Amino acid sequence: MNLAIRDIRHSLPRFLLTAVGIGMLLMIVMGMSGIYRGLIEDALLLVDKIGADLWIVQHNTRGPFAEISRIPLKMEDRLRAVPGVRSARAFVSHTIQRERIGKPLRIVVQGLSWPEDKGEWIPMTDGRCLGAAHFEMIADKSLGFRPGEKIPLGKDIYTVVGLTRGMVGQGGDGIAFFTVRDAVAIQFDNSGEAVRLERDARRSRAVRQDIGNTHPELLNRAALPDIPALAGPMASAVIVQTGQGADIDKVAETISGWKDVSVHTAGNQRNFLLDGSVDKARRQIGLFRALLVIISAIIMSLILYTLTLDKIHDIAMLKLIGARNSVILGLIIQQAIILGGLGYILAFYSGKWIFPHFPRRVIVTGNDLVWLAVIVLAISVLSSLLGIWKAMSVQPNEVL
Amino acid sequence: MSANTPERAVEASNISKIYGSGNTEVKAMVNVSFTISKGEVVGLLGPSGSGKSTLLTAIGLINPPTSGQIRIGKDLVTDGPSAMADVRKFRRKHIGYVFQKANLIPFLTALENVQIALEINDVHHKEARKRAIALFEYLGIEERKDNLPHQLSGGQQQRVAVARSLANKPGLILADEPTAALDSFRGRQVMELFQKVAHEQGAGVLVVTHDHRSLDVFDRTFEMEDGTLKLKI
Repeated sequence: MNLAIRDIRHSLPRFLLTAVGIGMLLMIVMGMSGIYRGLIEDALLLVDKIGADLWIVQHNTRGPFAEISRIPLKMEDRLRAVPGVRSARAFVSHTIQRERIGKPLRIVVQGLSWPEDKGEWIPMTDGRCLGAAHFEMIADKSLGFRPGEKIPLGKDIYTVVGLTRGMVGQGGDGIAFFTVRDAVAIQFDNSGEAVRLERDARRSRAVRQDIGNTHPELLNRAALPDIPALAGPMASAVIVQTGQGADIDKVAETISGWKDVSVHTAGNQRNFLLDGSVDKARRQIGLFRALLVIISAIIMSLILYTLTLDKIHDIAMLKLIGARNSVILGLIIQQAIILGGLGYILAFYSGKWIFPHFPRRVIVTGNDLVWLAVIVLAISVLSSLLGIWKAMSVQPNEVL
Repeated sequence: MSANTPERAVEASNISKIYGSGNTEVKAMVNVSFTISKGEVVGLLGPSGSGKSTLLTAIGLINPPTSGQIRIGKDLVTDGPSAMADVRKFRRKHIGYVFQKANLIPFLTALENVQIALEINDVHHKEARKRAIALFEYLGIEERKDNLPHQLSGGQQQRVAVARSLANKPGLILADEPTAALDSFRGRQVMELFQKVAHEQGAGVLVVTHDHRSLDVFDRTFEMEDGTLKLKI
C-alpha cells in the first residue's frame, strides 16, 4: 500500500496548492537559468552566426564587442589580397533609438558588406535577402515591422524586405540588417542645420590652421558639401573568412604583422564578450540563480517538515504497530519526490507559457532542463531530511 | 507446561519503573507480577496516576521497566531495562493495541487501516485485503470498510481499531481505556468485542479502564494503587 499517494489523495487541494507554490518557485529558478542562457546566447549570437574566422579591429583594441573600434572600410580590399583569405566584409554595428507608435524602439543597426554579403546567412522567416545596395532592410520580428513596410531612418526611407527571428544584439534589442553604406548613413545622419553649422565651422577652423593659410582656396571651398573629404568611411571591424584548407593561424600571423590593426579569432571575440561586457551581468544572474536554488531547498524543507509534523501522530502510530523505518522513510521521501516532480512539471509548462512574453529572450535548453530535474530531485531528497529526522526521532508512546 | 495449563499470553515478574533519581525519584510501578493466559480477558482498574498506563506501556514494549522480567508467549522480551533486539518486529507480530482514541490513520479508509497492519507484517497486498475484509465481517462493520475515519462514529472507529489490533493474530491485546470516549452502550459493545475475540481467537486481553459498568466481561480484575498491584478480584 502506498501511504504517500493515499496521504496526498486525502489532502489533495492542499497538496496541489503547495505543488503550485513549489512550481512557481522552480519556474523562477528555471527562468533565471533561461535569462542567464539568453544573455549569453544574445551576446554571442552575432559572433556565432556571422561565421567569421578572424576579426580585424583597430590596433590595440579588443574589437567592437569590447570597446570602440574604428577601422577604414578600405581595409576590406587589403585583406582580400592576403593569401588564404576567402572573403573580407566590413562589420558595422550600432544601436539607435527611435519612437514607434508612441513608444521607444531600440534597433541594432547591422551593416552587411554589399554585394558580397546580402544576408544569405540570416535565418529568414519571411521575405527575402537584400536585393539592392541601398534603402532595403531585413528586420528581426521583435522590432514589430511588417514585410513591405517603409521605415524612415535619417534622411532616407528603408523598405523591410525580409523578416528574421531571434536575431538580437547584446542588449536584447532586435537587429535590423542594412548594407554597410546605409548603416553608416544612419549612424552619421545629421540634420540640415547641423550640416550648415559644420560648414561654417570648417571655415573658421581652416583660418586658424596652417592649411588654411597655405591653401587659401580651401577657405573658398569650405562651404561645399564634399569638402574636406579627406577621411574615408569607417567600420567597426572587418571580418575575414579563410578559404578551404587555409591555415587560420598563418593568415592571422600575416595580418597581425600589420601595425595598424589587431587580429582576433572568433574564439577570442567570444571570450572578450563572456569575460568582458556580459561578464558581470551573467555572474550576477548566475549567483542569483544559485541563491534561488538554495532558497527553494529551504522552502521545500520547511514545507516537507510541516507536512511531516502534520503526520507525526500517525507516524508514531505506524511505529507502534511495528512499521519498519523504510515504510516511514518511503512515505516522506516519496511525497517529497512527488511534490518536487509535480512542481517541476508545473514550472516547465507555466514557464513555456510565460517566458515568451518576457522582454528579453529566455532560453531554456534541454541540458538545463535535465540539470534542473537533477537539482530538483536532489533538493527533494535533501529537503526531506529534516522531516525524516523528525519522523525518526518520534517515539511510539507519543500515540498515548 | 502441562496439557491442561492454559498457554501464557504474558507474564510479568517483579517489574518496576522508576523515573528520576535522588530527590526527584518517582516510583511509578513497584514489583508488579502477574500472568495473563491466552483466551483470558483481564481488567486493570485504578485511579489516575496509579501506574496503569506505565504497566501497559511496559508490557507493550513501548516504555521498558527499570527492573523485572516480561515474557510474552514463550519469549523473554524484557529483562530489566534491556529489551530484545528487534522490539518493533516483535510488536507487529505478537501484540495488538487499542487506545482511548482509535488513533486510526486519517488518510486511510477503515479497511486500509487494518490492511496496513498486515502489510507491515509482510502479508501480500491481496491477502491482506482479504483478511481485513474477513475481520470486518467478524466484527460486524463490513458496510463501513470504505469510509475514512472521520466518516465513522466513535464506536465504529474503535471497532476498526480492534480489528487492526487483531489483524496479525497477536497472542496479546493491550487496551488503554478503550471505552472512555464512548457512551455506555457503545462502550459495552467494545468490551464485549474483547471478550469475543479473547474467547474465540485465544488472545490474552488486558484492558485498562475506569469504567466499572463492564466489569462482568472480565475473567479477572486487577487494581493498581500507587504503582502496586494491590487487589485481585
